[in-house]
Amino acid sequence: MANISKLAEMYNKMLLIRSFEEKALSLFKSGTMHGTMHPYIGEEATAVGVCCALEPQDIISSTHRGHGHVIAKGIDINRMMAEFMGKQDGYCRGRGGSMHIADIEGGNLGANGVVGGGIPLAVGAGLTTLMKRMNRIVVCFFGDGASNEGAFHESLNLASLWKLPVLFVCEDNKYGMSTHRSRSMAISDISVRAASYGMPGETVDGNDAIAVYEAAKKARAYVRSSGPMLLVCDTYRYCGHSKSDTNKYRTAEEIEVWKKKDPIERMRAYLIDRGFFTAEELDAMAEAARQRIEDAVAFANNSPYPSPDTVAQGVYA
Amino acid sequence: MRELTYAQALREAMTLEMRRDEDVFLMGEDIGVYGGAFGVTAGMLEEFGPERVRETPISEAAIVGAAAGAAVTGMRPIAEIMFSDFLTIAMDQLVNQAAKMRYMFGGTAKVPMVVRAPAGSGTGAAAQHCQSPEAWFCNVPGLKVVIPSTPADAKGLLTAAIRDDNPVLFLEQKLLYKTTGPVPEGEYIVPLGRAAVHRTGTDITIITYGRMLPMCLKAAEELEARYGVSAEVVDPRTLVPLDKETIIASAKKTGRVLIVHEACQTGGFGGELAAVIAESDAFYRLKAPIRRYGGLDVPIPFSPVLEARAVPDKDGVIQRAVELVRS
Repeated sequence: MANISKLAEMYNKMLLIRSFEEKALSLFKSGTMHGTMHPYIGEEATAVGVCCALEPQDIISSTHRGHGHVIAKGIDINRMMAEFMGKQDGYCRGRGGSMHIADIEGGNLGANGVVGGGIPLAVGAGLTTLMKRMNRIVVCFFGDGASNEGAFHESLNLASLWKLPVLFVCEDNKYGMSTHRSRSMAISDISVRAASYGMPGETVDGNDAIAVYEAAKKARAYVRSSGPMLLVCDTYRYCGHSKSDTNKYRTAEEIEVWKKKDPIERMRAYLIDRGFFTAEELDAMAEAARQRIEDAVAFANNSPYPSPDTVAQGVYA
Repeated sequence: MRELTYAQALREAMTLEMRRDEDVFLMGEDIGVYGGAFGVTAGMLEEFGPERVRETPISEAAIVGAAAGAAVTGMRPIAEIMFSDFLTIAMDQLVNQAAKMRYMFGGTAKVPMVVRAPAGSGTGAAAQHCQSPEAWFCNVPGLKVVIPSTPADAKGLLTAAIRDDNPVLFLEQKLLYKTTGPVPEGEYIVPLGRAAVHRTGTDITIITYGRMLPMCLKAAEELEARYGVSAEVVDPRTLVPLDKETIIASAKKTGRVLIVHEACQTGGFGGELAAVIAESDAFYRLKAPIRRYGGLDVPIPFSPVLEARAVPDKDGVIQRAVELVRS
């Protein structure tokens, strides 16, 4: 069971993710942002529950909807925001942006612009872990849509065959862009796919950070000792697929049903009910998170753009 | 110097590198007991064991993707794709992932991996096993593209590729696997990005690579003997990075250029070679238009008479070279 400081860490990280995404969306709406983004709002409990169950040496691979993963893993939000804004001090010196935020040294193998594209990479990181006898696991985040890609099936098979220490975390947020899961697969529970590859599969309430944390903790121990596992987190994205999505393919009622299961509100109620924190303390945490994001925006605003003359730098080692 | 086959030279490069660096390992389909579809890895399982000679399921995307993931986390994998045609199945992992990781991540990632894949026609295996796909990959910044033409280059270039910190696509030549030639013993490195001038000449430069090289060298001998034409034969050896200097210098020297490759001519690498010369000051020394002689724009056919017609041959090289010199 998570202790009080772990609970606070989880709540805090969810607030940071939510604040980051809300700020990022507002920057887009005000026209100050360039490019696109895929907001993670509503799915915070998944990234946070999983990443808070990890050890510092563990590594993750992320997705196009990856802001939550990297914040949950513990990234310098200043440099993340700078990357988001295409600035020199960003993690990728402005080469990657929202869809490619990576921190190899910090154990983040990178967000990925290709659905399912990061899954084989995580298998490779698992292979390094095995061959170098390292005491860590690799967590591979991907969505329900990615589980229809060939790369998913090839990767789970290979990881299971070689008993690689990879925890496959499927964020079942119900939609691949506009296509509901019911129109893209003939099963209702993605975790059954694990059986095809001889690994355990489990589905957890992905909007319950504590439940995800407990499941991930157990999964981590299993993966360390026995090989890969598929953990499906049942969740939902409130916002559109990307900033240009107008939600034509679903009803406002459907979104409202899920908002009632909001992961942050749920954890807030839990923390107050159990007497771990007062409402005022939690409000202060939320305010601090918003301020942290404002500070990151200020940092990013103060960071210069990379010199256009450096455009060809970094293609080859 | 002792002689090895092209396949033996490749095996020697991998074996020496695996003895030297424990991070180097092999992965691919049927590379263990079977020794790979063309026998290149024969005996390596016995020396290095299944941990470092990793046989995989038929999962090209997972093979190349896992190699990239292993590379970016500290290993130096060599992935074998049984036929270069099957690189299409691993295209996302090679093109969108391995090649771009370093740049996308601001130069922080290092992806030291080699993807070996046999290319070329002449085996009667038809359209899905006989392509020469090098040009597809030369258009992908972040990849290096290497095509060895001799056993010595096979060893030296593969050693350099394994030690390179970037993803290297190493396109072996099926029809050359059994050819023999002198190969230096022990550590032998041919740096990537240096062309080889296999024959010096004064009348025309023939630029070619891969299995077209031995054919063009024979054509050059005949050009000298039968037509009194002195042909210089230049092999870029690595298409990316490309040794432009040597190519331009040769074009300037002879003033006539014939580019020969097996891959389909349209969109083939010959166009790039022609442009490199045309954009340089060699342009002013040209005595005739640059000429390309690539494969026909057809899928490689099965019937041996059709297959032979689909790609350049010696008589075709001689005919075009003579035309250029006499024009």
